[in-house]
Amino acid sequence: MTVERIAGLAIETRELRKEFGRIVALAGLTMTVPRGEVFGFLGPNGAGKTTAVKLLLGLSRPTAGDGRVLGEPLGDVPVRRLVGYLPELFRYQTWMTAREVLGLHCELARLPRAEWDQEIRAALDLVGLADRADGRTQTFSKGMQQRLGLAVALLGRPDLLILDEPTSALDPVGRQDVRGIIGALRDRGATVFLNSHLLTEVERVCDRVAIVDRGRVVAELTMAELTDERGVSVRVTGLDGVGGEVAARYGTARLDGEWLFVDGIADAAVPSLVGELVARGGAIHAVVPTHHTLEERFLSLLGAAPDAGDAGDAGTAAESATGSANASAGSVESGGAAKATPHDGAGA
Amino acid sequence: MSRAVSVLIIARLTLREAMRRRLLWALVGLTVLIVALTWWGFTRIADVSPVTGPTEMLGVSQVLVMLAFMFSFVLAMTAVFAASPSIGPEIESGLLLAILARPIDRAEVLFGRWLGLAVVLVAYAIVAGYLEIAAVGLATGYLPADPAVAPLYLAGQTLVLLTLAIVFSTRIASVAGGAIAVVAYGLAWMAGVLGGVGEAFHSDVLRAAGTIARLILPSDVLWRGAAGALSPTDQVLSGSGVNAAIYRFSPFSGAAPEPYWLAWCIVWVVAVLWLGIVLLRRREV
Repeated sequence: MTVERIAGLAIETRELRKEFGRIVALAGLTMTVPRGEVFGFLGPNGAGKTTAVKLLLGLSRPTAGDGRVLGEPLGDVPVRRLVGYLPELFRYQTWMTAREVLGLHCELARLPRAEWDQEIRAALDLVGLADRADGRTQTFSKGMQQRLGLAVALLGRPDLLILDEPTSALDPVGRQDVRGIIGALRDRGATVFLNSHLLTEVERVCDRVAIVDRGRVVAELTMAELTDERGVSVRVTGLDGVGGEVAARYGTARLDGEWLFVDGIADAAVPSLVGELVARGGAIHAVVPTHHTLEERFLSLLGAAPDAGDAGDAGTAAESATGSANASAGSVESGGAAKATPHDGAGA
Repeated sequence: MSRAVSVLIIARLTLREAMRRRLLWALVGLTVLIVALTWWGFTRIADVSPVTGPTEMLGVSQVLVMLAFMFSFVLAMTAVFAASPSIGPEIESGLLLAILARPIDRAEVLFGRWLGLAVVLVAYAIVAGYLEIAAVGLATGYLPADPAVAPLYLAGQTLVLLTLAIVFSTRIASVAGGAIAVVAYGLAWMAGVLGGVGEAFHSDVLRAAGTIARLILPSDVLWRGAAGALSPTDQVLSGSGVNAAIYRFSPFSGAAPEPYWLAWCIVWVVAVLWLGIVLLRRREV
């Protein structure tokens, strides 16, 4: 049985399975990626992410299951003209210059010869390698090679870009550049399939993410769904412990020193909570909205306790307000890294 | 048309790499050096013992065939070491990943690689082969039985080894694949010698061993062709008093292969390349 072609989908897979001998790399991947979306594909090491990417590109054959890429069955060769790919293991001909590597890929992608110069120049400009266009890739740092790989993937304005760990070798400036490039791709309507371990990167650029574990998608959610799960952290003194009882009526509450963490509280109820705390004699020092981070959701889905080291290593008022958004999960030490967004913070 | 274009893109890439990595220039330099040394060596031989009669010509012919054998070994090694790292190691290093994700079939990648290397190696074998024969001719005045075809046989043998090594490279690590190809080449040569002995002594077992070895790896068919083409003419042999039947005992003797053996060489190259394509298509990258 084959997956039916559905208009508007860039990628669709159903029960895609891949076995290497007795090892099951992908147990049954079912997902859809709408066209024009920046889609994050997340998972721990060994979850089958790179295997999934190779199946999508036809570099590997599924043991079972099926799928389509840009409406064509997996393994279709002509559709690859419309797909740009940055491999996790990026390596290009060391004896070639960056311009020559891009020329080779223009040729392989069957771009019209008249467009090559323009395509190459634009790609080099975009990834910040214009001044190294005629340098041999042998002399490139890893970060520069990854930038070159991104330039290769961008050639020919592909409809779908599959980027496998695109910022793994990049410095913070490079990562910011890549975020900008992905944003520009979204603006022109391209679909980006982003396979990454860097959850903060994914959180910043993706419209939607799928979290995969042991070869299956365990959750799919939009960034809006993630950030909608809000809470509030209140630094309050003078209540002698009754603050927790008050806050419990508004959501899942937990008191930790002077900080009162309330998860699941509606935005509209925050003034009422603050008013009641003041009425009980509390002195409010800070009120900081919080929301779940992708990392927190990721770790909870995979059944791993968030790293306490992520909480409270702060410096900013917002970060010092870290605590568990899943207040019932436990104490601050073991309980999570729900981070307040500084720009959302409201001092009382 | 589209397939041919893809093959040519990869073949051109391979040629550019051979030039840029100085493989081509190294081969040109070695050829010039070897031809110069050959000319110098044979000139000295001719100075010591002028090549005026069939006996001297027979001597020169044996040195020439031995040189050709060494040259065929160099060609085989060059083919093996150029082809062994060309597919599998490039997949493992990630070099081929970006290329295979383009609208190109793996068969086109394999055939393009083979074609690019074949052009380099065949050109090398033919140019160096003719120059060697010319250098010997100029220095001594000796011309073998069939000088025009000898380098063609050597080029053919190189293609057989190239095909074997490139197909190994789709599945076997380059060092192991290269070593196996070299050993197979050596075994094929030895089996050819045994087959020749079997022929002379009418031993069916040895003859069969030689035939089976030629079927599995026909490099020796082509080497014997080259050796036959470089052998002295019948007049030189009879003039020097050597029995032609006894001469065939020499491990450096040979004869033009039967047409069906030449046809088998072509079939073998096509079949093994096809096997390589199947292996590469089934390979996980």
